[in-house]
Amino acid sequence: MDSFLAEPAWIALRLSLKVACWATLLDLVFGVALGYLLARKRFPGRELLDALLTLPMVMPPTVLGYYLLVVIGRHGPLGAWLQQTFGINLIFTWQAAVIAAAVVAFPLVLKGARAAFETVDTQLEQAAKVLGISPFGVFLRVTLPLAWRGVLGGTLLAFARSMGEFGATLMVAGSIPGKTQTLSIAVYEAVQAGQDDTANLLVLITSVVCIVVLVAANKLTPNRNPQA
Amino acid sequence: MRGLKLGVVAVLAAMGAAASAAEITVSAAASLTNAFKEIGAAYEKEHAGDKVQFNFAASDPLVQQIAKGAPVDVFASADQDAMDKADSLKLLAAGSRKNFASNSLVLIAPLAATLPIKGIADLQQAAVTRVTMGNPASVPVGRYTKHALEQAKLWAAVEPKAIYGTSVRQSLDYVARGEVDAGFVYATDAAVMKDKVKVIATVPTETPVSYPIAVIAAGPQAAAGRQFADYVLSSSGQAILAKYGFGRP
Repeated sequence: MDSFLAEPAWIALRLSLKVACWATLLDLVFGVALGYLLARKRFPGRELLDALLTLPMVMPPTVLGYYLLVVIGRHGPLGAWLQQTFGINLIFTWQAAVIAAAVVAFPLVLKGARAAFETVDTQLEQAAKVLGISPFGVFLRVTLPLAWRGVLGGTLLAFARSMGEFGATLMVAGSIPGKTQTLSIAVYEAVQAGQDDTANLLVLITSVVCIVVLVAANKLTPNRNPQA
Repeated sequence: MRGLKLGVVAVLAAMGAAASAAEITVSAAASLTNAFKEIGAAYEKEHAGDKVQFNFAASDPLVQQIAKGAPVDVFASADQDAMDKADSLKLLAAGSRKNFASNSLVLIAPLAATLPIKGIADLQQAAVTRVTMGNPASVPVGRYTKHALEQAKLWAAVEPKAIYGTSVRQSLDYVARGEVDAGFVYATDAAVMKDKVKVIATVPTETPVSYPIAVIAAGPQAAAGRQFADYVLSSSGQAILAKYGFGRP
């Protein structure tokens, strides 16, 4: 069993799951906060902010990867600061893969959360407020429970997207077996080297994981047609 | 409706016209990028009507693409291993395989680097944390590097620091951006980025770095492909290769 789990394919799967979990967690926190902000607050530039935050969904991952490389690389503004202040180097680490996956998948959580919050009846929130619950309490006990299906659906999609991230990840995290070589990058390397057996196994694993996540996401997203 | 039909006919005609010209597809090792682009332009000037299009990548994936049926006419590899693979898969036109250039493996560092690396033995230093090279499983420069480091009994020390590139040009880019401490590329690649990287040492290789070229048996433009391969071997082709620092075969 030990040797089976030490196979490169399973190491890559574990790494992909780790990266996708962290990326999804980051997206969930920021996606819910910003989704709520966009759904409920009126401020100048609201739609522009929405558009900017949705950009990763339509931009090629290579473009995002290049942006990230320029920003968090050793000579990038953020990368140089992290290096000098904390001695942290992100490029070619699994944390860089998390950042890449989180950026690419972020719009999926944001869009889902914003739409879900917009459908919540504000009168219910008002009622809770009248009953003396603090604003944060209203969010936690009224708004979020009513919106959670939409939020969770978007989150699962983000998880699936993070699992499949390739272009931006390869650019900032490289392809180091056991360290940054995620499933999708392991597939690429196996095909490049002509190792079709390995590629077949990896592709199979990836497909199964994605199908499971998509089925779960479909079950959790709000049913638009309850009669069907 | 009529407009749509006319449009479809026009598009099909345009596509047909493009396909009927002698369009040679050349899959070549990434290290040949600059030299082959110039050779392609020179070839097109001498053979009016012919078009040369290039597909540059690491040699092994190029073999995989051809093996899976990519319409390629000429294949130029950065080592004999990749060409041997193509040969064993019976992809090459009989008798067309010839060596056309040589190169050397060099250790490079970012121009602004301050680490005291003077040769491959210094890569063992603890201060050196990241060394880029091609992936030995699919990139020739990675295979040359691995063999050279194994011979110098340094592979065990350097492997944990390795950042694998998907082609020699990716490794070159990592060094040029200063994301790694050092890297292994060909002398001709280092010359392309003289303003960003410095050559520390020439690394002796077990087998000489020699580039074979061959015509693909199933290529759609086999005759024109043969002509292009001959041009690479001709004195004009060799002069361009020499200009970019490649040695005689």
